[in-house]
Amino acid sequence: MTTSKLPKDPYSIVITGVGGQGNVMASRVLANMLVKKGYYVTIGETFGASQRGGSVMSHIRVSNLSAWSPQIPAGKAHLVVALEPIEAIRVLARYGNPDIKVLSNLRPIYPAGVIAGEASYPNEQEIRTILEKHTSKYWLIKATEEAVKLGNPILANVMMVGATCAIGDLPFDRNDFIDAMSQVLSGDKMETNIKAFELGFSLLMK
Amino acid sequence: MSHLLDPKAGATYLLMGNEAIVRGALEAGVNVASGYPGTPSSEIIENLSRIAKERNIYVEWSVNEKVALEVAAAASFAGLRSLCAMKQNGVNVASDFLLHLVYSGTRGGIVLVSCDDPGALSSVNEGESRYFARQLEMPLLEPGNFQEAKDMTKWAFELSEQLKQIVMLRSVTRMSHASGNVSYGALPETKRKAEFKFKGFILDPEEGIITSAPVEWRHKEQQDKIRKAKEIFEESPFNTYEGPDKPELLIITSSACYLYSKEAVEVLNVQDRVGILKLGTTWPLPPKLVTHYLARTEQVMIVEEVIPFMEENVKVLAAEKAGEIGAKKFFGKNEGVLPSVGEMNPDFVISAISSILGIDYSPVSKEYDQSAKLSAFVHAPARDQVFCPGCPHRASFFAIRRAIELDGRNGFVCGDIGCYTMAVRPTGFETLKTVHSMGSGMGLASGFGKLGLFGMDQPTFAVCGDSTFYHAVIPALINAVHNKSNVTLVILDNGGTAMTGFQPHPGQDFNVMGESMPAIDMARICEAIGARVEKRNPLDLEDTLHTLLEMMEDKNGVKVLILSQYCALSPQRRGKKDYELSVDETVCLGEECGCGRFCTRIFRCPGLVWNKEKAKAEIDQVICVGCGVCADICPRGAIKRKEVA
Ligand code: SF4
Ligand code: SF4
Repeated sequence: MTTSKLPKDPYSIVITGVGGQGNVMASRVLANMLVKKGYYVTIGETFGASQRGGSVMSHIRVSNLSAWSPQIPAGKAHLVVALEPIEAIRVLARYGNPDIKVLSNLRPIYPAGVIAGEASYPNEQEIRTILEKHTSKYWLIKATEEAVKLGNPILANVMMVGATCAIGDLPFDRNDFIDAMSQVLSGDKMETNIKAFELGFSLLMK
Repeated sequence: MSHLLDPKAGATYLLMGNEAIVRGALEAGVNVASGYPGTPSSEIIENLSRIAKERNIYVEWSVNEKVALEVAAAASFAGLRSLCAMKQNGVNVASDFLLHLVYSGTRGGIVLVSCDDPGALSSVNEGESRYFARQLEMPLLEPGNFQEAKDMTKWAFELSEQLKQIVMLRSVTRMSHASGNVSYGALPETKRKAEFKFKGFILDPEEGIITSAPVEWRHKEQQDKIRKAKEIFEESPFNTYEGPDKPELLIITSSACYLYSKEAVEVLNVQDRVGILKLGTTWPLPPKLVTHYLARTEQVMIVEEVIPFMEENVKVLAAEKAGEIGAKKFFGKNEGVLPSVGEMNPDFVISAISSILGIDYSPVSKEYDQSAKLSAFVHAPARDQVFCPGCPHRASFFAIRRAIELDGRNGFVCGDIGCYTMAVRPTGFETLKTVHSMGSGMGLASGFGKLGLFGMDQPTFAVCGDSTFYHAVIPALINAVHNKSNVTLVILDNGGTAMTGFQPHPGQDFNVMGESMPAIDMARICEAIGARVEKRNPLDLEDTLHTLLEMMEDKNGVKVLILSQYCALSPQRRGKKDYELSVDETVCLGEECGCGRFCTRIFRCPGLVWNKEKAKAEIDQVICVGCGVCADICPRGAIKRKEVA
């Protein structure tokens, strides 16, 4: 199988969010599409906190050459896809660099400490300032809000995958998405997922 | 059809390490698989159970790891191929049987898969299982990537059959839970018939009886097997070398650490200075192969996780061969260039290589690094792990904590292993005061309960989950009753092994394959042992609290309170709200409430949020699952619940 060139090899993506948001699913969908296209893909995941409100991160390494480490070295990520905005900020502290791109959902999930009044949560302007300063490009989208309109907040995941497609660094398109999803979904569910993907794509194009 | 059953040799899939192990076992024609759930091992048995019928495999979640290994060994004794999977500390539980099994030897191929959790990402220990291989003298394999996880598992069965010995395959979290490309081999037809032969000559390995005695005889046979393994390992394709002929620095590594080492060498661009010897067969070491590479360098660094196991073994070998190869300078955990605790990552290896070779490396400018770290420190507050919205444990611990406070005698709770372990933290009101291994909460409580003799009058509780109860609590409970220890055991029965993903346990009337099975009633067990037993619904806070207070007053030996309510994520409750919740802003006291925001500051269900502008509590309708408990904790009754029809 011939694979097209990646902007960097290995191309390293961090998908981040909070336990229960389903970023494990988002990383698998993304990775499955790329494996089908003939790339070596490694996903590193922290599962432990995945159901219980902790920060959850998946590292995806895409390469034409070989399998890479399931952990990205510090300062070496190329793209961050965040299902929650402060998780993007957290990831930048370790994996960020001036060339990095960030795509983030805007919907906050407050840490217990914030709910308890022991810590504070940044407002949208503060979030923008930080991303502006530490990335080469960033996008903030209202994925959860749009997903709720589609009937299920969990679809924010798929929307983020659609938006990632629109960024254009990774070699996959709508058809690859349909192809990958049709193995696990069918009928109505498939329809909604395609809608979510397209919506995510268009949110970025705006 | 599951992607794990694709019969096409050469097909490539993205597999999680644990799935790759499953595919390897299928390609080896595994017949029987057993285990006890524990992160990061659980997906092995789970995946096998889903395809068990199609492949005619017997799969079970056993009551604990020791029994799991016995079940797998029985299959081997009857000539079948079997696999047994557990997490690192599970091997401790199984080790007593294992000690005897390595003496007696095995027949059909049998593989013990231990998934270790360096850094304790989902454990309360970072135990090391590799020492069992050396201590108990059995062969040990460690896959260094996903393809190997499959290939090695398949080979492990053949090796076991060849040696007539159990083979241990050790994975780690970053292998088991990471995913990568795996290219398939063929799936064989499996036609083995089970028969236990014992009528041959008493010492005949194929047809005699199977015991660990006569001990010296068996022990010698066992050591012969290890010698044979060494020879086989000398030729193994799972041991590879990449790098220059005479490296300035030789890295010896295995498992996920191989991938970190490879990455570090690439990042530093020192491929022509550093060589990597990746070992897949880590016990016994293949002496000729390792000596061959040691001879070509002056400096050696061993990259591995948890305890410097390989480091010690390589050093012993280097000392034995010092006459031939000269003295080497060693780097690693002992000497201190690598951290001695926690999990490994590429960055630790990068900094170790940099310091040995005198390379100045920083991935980003100091300014960027400091500024990004400061932003995260100020604006990304840490997320403590919390009980899920609507988790019955939050309600249970709220009641237990209240009861202890009202009682006023400084009572305490001995904890155990499960989601409820989080009750050492604020999410469970810091109720647990001890946490150790499976079943230890009850054992400790049994001991505390006898200390009245020395003037101790603090009421003592133990808590355990339903799965833990069957695994290891029953003997401790028997001990407490028999020895008249004055304690209360609270069983947090949430209808499955929630922490690891709802694996069924003996208290349920179905098994992992969905077949109906006799449920072992825990209340009746406790009664038969002689404890007083009560059952409550923890979401009914008042009722639970009163029962607890009354039990603390009852001085007649052991009391058991079973708090039954499904886990919030269970199929029974998921996506189904019992109540619609709302906060009546006119009643909510806000900052004035119970020393300030009682519901969000103390009770802390993530479904309750604090609206700063209004200075009132609020329900986050996306997160709340409608369990209704918070309506009972609000001292003003500002939180309203309406039953959902
Ligand atoms: S009803 Fe209250 S306690 Fe239950 S999930 Fe909703 S906010 Fe949390
Ligand atoms: S998974 Fe279940 S038992 Fe565990 S914290 Fe969540 S609701 Fe509670």
